[in-house]
Amino acid sequence: MKDMVTQPILSLRDLSVHRGAAKILDRVTLSLAEGETLALVGESGAGKSTIATALMRLLDGAKVEGSAEMTGAGDLLALSERQMVKLRGRRLSMIFQDAGSALNPSYTVGRQLITVLRRNLGLSKAEARSRAIELFTSVGINDPEGRMSAYPHQLSGGMQQRVMVAIALACNPDLLLADEPTSALDVTIQAQIVRLILAQTKSRGASCIFVLHDLALASQSCDRIVVLYAGQVVEAGPSRDILERHRHPYTKQLKSCVLEIGTKDITAPEGTVPPHSEMPVGCRFATRCPRALPRCAGEAPPLQPARAGADGPLDHHFACWNPE
Amino acid sequence: MSIQTPDAPTALPPAEPPKKAKTGRRSIFLRRPFFTIALIVAAGYVLAAIFAPYVAPYDPVMQDINAMMQAPSMAHLLGTDSYGQDILSRVIYGARYALIIGIFSVLIGAAGGLVIGLAAGLSGGWLEWALMRLIDSILALPSLILAVAFIAILGQGVDKVVVAVGLSMIGPFARTVRADVMQVRVQLFVEAATLMSIPYLKVIWRHVLPNVIFPLAVQVTIRISEAILVSSSLSFLGIGVTPPTPDWGLMIAEGRAFVSFAAWMSAMPGFALALLLIALSIVGDGIREEFDPKLRRGA
Amino acid sequence: MWGQALGKIAQTLVVLFVVSVASFGLLKLAPGDPIQIMLGSEFSQEAYDSLTAELGLDQPFLAQYADWAVRFVQGDWGTSYVARTDIFTYAFKEALPVTLTLASFSLAFAILIGVPLGVLSAVKKDTAFDAGAAVLALTGTAFPSFLLGILLIWFFAVKMQLFPVMGYVSPWQDFWGGIYHMILPGLTLSTYFIAMITRLTRATLIEVMEQPYIAAARARGEPSWRVIWVHGVRNIAMPLVTILGLQLGVLLQGTVLTETVFNLPGIGQMLTSAVLGREYMVVQAGVMMTATLFIGVNLLVDLSYPFLDPRLRARK
Repeated sequence: MKDMVTQPILSLRDLSVHRGAAKILDRVTLSLAEGETLALVGESGAGKSTIATALMRLLDGAKVEGSAEMTGAGDLLALSERQMVKLRGRRLSMIFQDAGSALNPSYTVGRQLITVLRRNLGLSKAEARSRAIELFTSVGINDPEGRMSAYPHQLSGGMQQRVMVAIALACNPDLLLADEPTSALDVTIQAQIVRLILAQTKSRGASCIFVLHDLALASQSCDRIVVLYAGQVVEAGPSRDILERHRHPYTKQLKSCVLEIGTKDITAPEGTVPPHSEMPVGCRFATRCPRALPRCAGEAPPLQPARAGADGPLDHHFACWNPE
Repeated sequence: MSIQTPDAPTALPPAEPPKKAKTGRRSIFLRRPFFTIALIVAAGYVLAAIFAPYVAPYDPVMQDINAMMQAPSMAHLLGTDSYGQDILSRVIYGARYALIIGIFSVLIGAAGGLVIGLAAGLSGGWLEWALMRLIDSILALPSLILAVAFIAILGQGVDKVVVAVGLSMIGPFARTVRADVMQVRVQLFVEAATLMSIPYLKVIWRHVLPNVIFPLAVQVTIRISEAILVSSSLSFLGIGVTPPTPDWGLMIAEGRAFVSFAAWMSAMPGFALALLLIALSIVGDGIREEFDPKLRRGA
Repeated sequence: MWGQALGKIAQTLVVLFVVSVASFGLLKLAPGDPIQIMLGSEFSQEAYDSLTAELGLDQPFLAQYADWAVRFVQGDWGTSYVARTDIFTYAFKEALPVTLTLASFSLAFAILIGVPLGVLSAVKKDTAFDAGAAVLALTGTAFPSFLLGILLIWFFAVKMQLFPVMGYVSPWQDFWGGIYHMILPGLTLSTYFIAMITRLTRATLIEVMEQPYIAAARARGEPSWRVIWVHGVRNIAMPLVTILGLQLGVLLQGTVLTETVFNLPGIGQMLTSAVLGREYMVVQAGVMMTATLFIGVNLLVDLSYPFLDPRLRARK
């Protein structure tokens, strides 16, 4: 409980994202402590990646509401594009789902890394080059000098993602957003990459938001977990609480459903997420919930602390009228 | 006119249903206002061409020594040229020549392209290879240069221009026909048909042609403007239609020498030509976007 | 990579061969007896026969073709009896440089104006600017170039007196004079290409800007001008070069018209006057040169792909 007093580096309040008539995110509130690793878990379409993209302010053509206070930077959602450009890559960086398509095919990976170092840190050409080789070595790229002149397509998927990690960490960001960084990779390499990202962020003292679809992997590797369903937070708290003392029926389903490792999306619990046009006004999970009560469909449950008194932003919370 | 109507997809065999079902979508005329306007403009040209003798105030080749190079006035709305011919009447009759040359030459090109494209698509081995190289060779020459070469052999005149422009357009038609044939050939039903030893010609007639004709008809409508442009270019170069035929290209060329003090001589037929070409290209774009499933293949 | 390149070159040679046979056949198909034309109105049967034998016209078609092809490659293209000059010298040293100068000027105009216009349209997608550019582009692709040329002459040369009405000055001899004389013709010829490049750039760039590597570049803190020009535009080079190669024919046929409008002594004028003078050998030379240019440039385009898109290079 002692380290809970630390000031959160990021506190996200009531983040809503509309795309056309669809409400992709609905009043998502979450906090991230300094040096903490947070996992966003949920089915595909739950809005996990949208949170990361919204924080980077890379969501085009969508309406974003709410606030995201970052220590020393202000409200990320209210900054001007010019201010965001200064933050991105330096204090805030992102690892993308598919490194193969997130690296520009027309430039060598070395050049892409060196550009970041030179532009963001103002290093000279030679400094940037030696720094780039160091970074490549630290993310486990063998023959770093040789790989500098390789084009993305000449590297394996795992190597591409290592390059992405090196680029994302190049300027020692305070906050790293990793958007399902392993979903495009072979099973054997997935764990390696997750471990690499965690080790690298921990050693730098950076905080990290990990978008994952695998609850087991999340609980093993992250400090805290936020479970999302259809754009809403249904349960949030320390990993152990979520795994062992979960209260929301959806978390239980996520945990019990057999994970087919290697597939891109988990086999969803029974049923499907209702389309945005037919979203219930109350609890969005009500249509699939085995414990649904009559009031669930009509009245949205608020997030409430799991233990009386433990209502800090980092404590265990859930949103359910009829918890386990 | 021999332009294929858009009803043609009904001719498709049931194995390939029309790409766009006619579900209660709004009419194309409402969805594409520019298309509709362009179509009306093009229709205006067609009407002017058909009823030219009734619309034109003067005989297009009547020379009047007393009214040479007159600026637009009430008597001559678009002015007169260096022979005293009424430009408005010549512009109206010019529509006739432009459309006749455009449509007939495209039909010649489409027919030639159909034959070569079918042959290239259905034959195999060295013959296909040779035909493909032939198509490549035709495509290696821009249509105007090809047309110039044919004019060199054929000589000048409206009929010669039709043939020369038609022959020069065979290449692109042959290429699209071949691509369509290849697509049909891969489809199972043609293979099945050949397996069942149905006579070869019957296979072509029953299965291949219906799938090729419709895209070809779309191409024909799109390329009419190209044919008109090439033919009027030939006339502008002075090697196409011969004077005193009221041809726009020819009129523009004649007016070129007087551009400094009688700009209307070139400008009037020029705007008639430009407006028709722009209208046809908008109509063509609309037709292509509506009916050409291959459009999404790339720019 | 080299094997592929050799295959392309071989295919190109075959196409050139077919074009040369066809353009040789053109000479044979042409009406009128070439011997008669060469000898004039009065000649003896003896002179006729001897000239026929001398020119090899009594040989079979293939032998004649082979003979012609060898001489053609050697640069022996015959004599123009109207211009009274050697056709090779005339076509290659006088006409071709003019046409190439005009074509390269127009291409430069087209790229320098078309690409930025297309990029702006893509970036300002669905705004008034985009709609305006689209209307201009549509008009530009459909507007007949020779009419545009006359209008430009009328406005800029006659009314404003800013540019010369017509004529050619070689930029190799008088650089600024050459450029000055090339501005109106270059603009005339490039309009179609400006319009086409604008449309193509807009369409492909919009597609490229949706790629993950663009979002990734932004996520690294790259300012938007770098995201667009360094990460976006670099990746439309290939479709752009492809289209430019394929549309080179339009450029070449455009030079014919533009040369006539502005009175530039290039291949176009050579061709036109040859048709009017019934000089089939000159027509043939013009056709061969145009085809060779087109085929050659497209070969270069094909061979340039691995340089434009690293993904097409062999894996290391």
